[in-house]
Amino acid sequence: MRAVQQVRGSAVVLDRRDVDTDQIIPAAWLKRVERTGFGAGLFEAWRKDPAFALNQPGAAGAKILVAGANFGCGSSREHAVWALQDFGFEAVVAPSFADIFRGNSIGAGLVTAQVAEDDIAKLIAALEAGRAATADVTVDVAAREVRVPDAGVTVPFAMPDYARWRLLEGLDDIGVTLRHADAITQFERNRPGWLPVSGPLAPATA
Amino acid sequence: MSARLFDKVWDRHLVASPEGEPPLLYIDLHLVHEVTSPQAFEGLELAGRTVRRPDLTVATMDHDVPTKDPLGPISDPLAAEQMARLRKNCEAHGVTLYPLGSAEQGVVHVIGPQLGLTQPGMTVVCGDSHTSTHGAFGALAFGIGTTEVEHVLATQTLRQVKPQAMAVTVDGELPAGVTAKDLVLGIIAELGTGGGTGTVIEYRGQAIRDLDMAGRMTVCNMSIEAGARAGMIAPDDTTFAFLEGRAHAPRGAAWERALDDWRSLPTEDGAAFDREVRIDAAGLRPVVTWGTTPAQSVSIDGVVPDPASFGGQAQQQAAQRALEYMGLTPGTAMRDIGVDTVFIGSCTNGRLADLRAAATVLRGRTVSPGVRAIVVPGSARVKAEAEAEGLDAVFTAAGFEWRSAGCSMCLGMNGDILSPRERSASTSNRNFEGRQGPGGRTHLVSPAMAAATAVAGHFAVPADLEGAR
Ligand code: SF4
Repeated sequence: MRAVQQVRGSAVVLDRRDVDTDQIIPAAWLKRVERTGFGAGLFEAWRKDPAFALNQPGAAGAKILVAGANFGCGSSREHAVWALQDFGFEAVVAPSFADIFRGNSIGAGLVTAQVAEDDIAKLIAALEAGRAATADVTVDVAAREVRVPDAGVTVPFAMPDYARWRLLEGLDDIGVTLRHADAITQFERNRPGWLPVSGPLAPATA
Repeated sequence: MSARLFDKVWDRHLVASPEGEPPLLYIDLHLVHEVTSPQAFEGLELAGRTVRRPDLTVATMDHDVPTKDPLGPISDPLAAEQMARLRKNCEAHGVTLYPLGSAEQGVVHVIGPQLGLTQPGMTVVCGDSHTSTHGAFGALAFGIGTTEVEHVLATQTLRQVKPQAMAVTVDGELPAGVTAKDLVLGIIAELGTGGGTGTVIEYRGQAIRDLDMAGRMTVCNMSIEAGARAGMIAPDDTTFAFLEGRAHAPRGAAWERALDDWRSLPTEDGAAFDREVRIDAAGLRPVVTWGTTPAQSVSIDGVVPDPASFGGQAQQQAAQRALEYMGLTPGTAMRDIGVDTVFIGSCTNGRLADLRAAATVLRGRTVSPGVRAIVVPGSARVKAEAEAEGLDAVFTAAGFEWRSAGCSMCLGMNGDILSPRERSASTSNRNFEGRQGPGGRTHLVSPAMAAATAVAGHFAVPADLEGAR
């Protein structure tokens, strides 16, 4: 995973709450066995509406998505994160995120910046009236803040320490975990014998 | 503080709690399916890693399998490729696979419990959000993404920040005609779509205790629709009776030792929760969703709500947009809304008990002309057991299509989809825009209501059909 210190670029405002991962990437796209090539499917149904945010001039180059509460709810499909990244987004700013989506984002290196509802309103006001596509927005992982200097807006965002550390360092999570390989082996020795194992035969003894 | 079921399961799986990192949790059972695993196996191989515990990993094919002619040629080359990948990955890494055509194939959350692989006190994960289903056994079970699937394959552990614990207590008995599906839709309406975010819900109270395992699985299954990480129900004699004798349940002395252990799991009296919600079962009714989130539901006796009746601008806008998408007018009685398609199946309501509930309504009745009605058993075994009881004959005599096991129209990956503006009554778990096909309009209901609706041609409960057999 690539390290991310900050994301700087233009933004798209998607002023809806409960944006579910079925909207972000519809099921028909989940048949792909790669991690790439999902950008064309991003918000596929909503993009059929010419008025949709992603169809506005400048949206194609945006790196930051500003959205409503409970972003990424529903299906666990990490393809939603890959689709956002494939389209060009490197950060999503919202008042809250669904748990699985947030976990997937951290794993894939997409920044999820959780900003208070009032502050989201400030950001959206600063980015409205067609200014989003040209605004210079920074999502600063190190400082945990979102800045729109042209509008004089700076708002803090919440991100767990560990998530921030992983983004800043670009760590391979499995590599970090394997430092504890001995602890895992030790744990396995003490697991009760009745716990099930797969395969055709059931365990017969304790 | 007295210990809670969730803490007990959590604590016994802690492998390490390194300073500054989320704790490392051991995973007892990792369920795998064709759609969220290929990139994980590829990542594993690119890094030169192997599956640490193939014996704690079980795979099946469910999301995009054909349900009409499962043993015939697979017409969708992408789906065929995904299934071939899974087969190859499982062979290469020694993972047990129940492929299409196997007697144990089926929706991943139906087969785990059916095989007795899901047991109290375990940790269960799967690259699928409805893994919360397995919490019905008093297991801690949750959905993960593909990067985490790779992490579990490689290490048999997962890093997790400990969620908060919420208690949802349902007091009293469910009124006649109110099912587990109505109960959980009622809970979700109370909590809201994001109300459970960051928490594990323990369902408690008499109405929960009274549920059979199928009903408990239906309730835990939909925890994720309130945003919760997982749902749990304390194991009891109902749980043990379900498990005893299953293929992977312990036997003999091991069974006795396991029972002693499982009996120590329930939350102790006086335990406090981070949040507590109480619901009176007597106030619950058979419900149907009207909108595009599972929280947007109303009693069958109710009407399509007026968006202005909701508090807050964001909720009003969301309701307005949902009604436009669903093609509904405020004030319309739910019973006056006609349906084009009825789908019975999914990991929420595709078990034998669900098929029995629907068949009871359908016996001696026929599907309303013009309604397409499909029943897709949750697993090959559910299908076989239903056929042994003659349920297939009841469904087909009523005019339902009797299919083979898979996710099918729950998410419409296999070509079982709604057309734009087509309206369905569905026993699945998500009514998101386009979930069952682009432009399709999904209403979530219980199996009994789905069957009654198929007969009436519009939303109905079984009692509406009395005398019309
Ligand atoms: S039945 Fe539906 S919700 Fe359940 S695993 Fe399959 S697609 Fe997911």
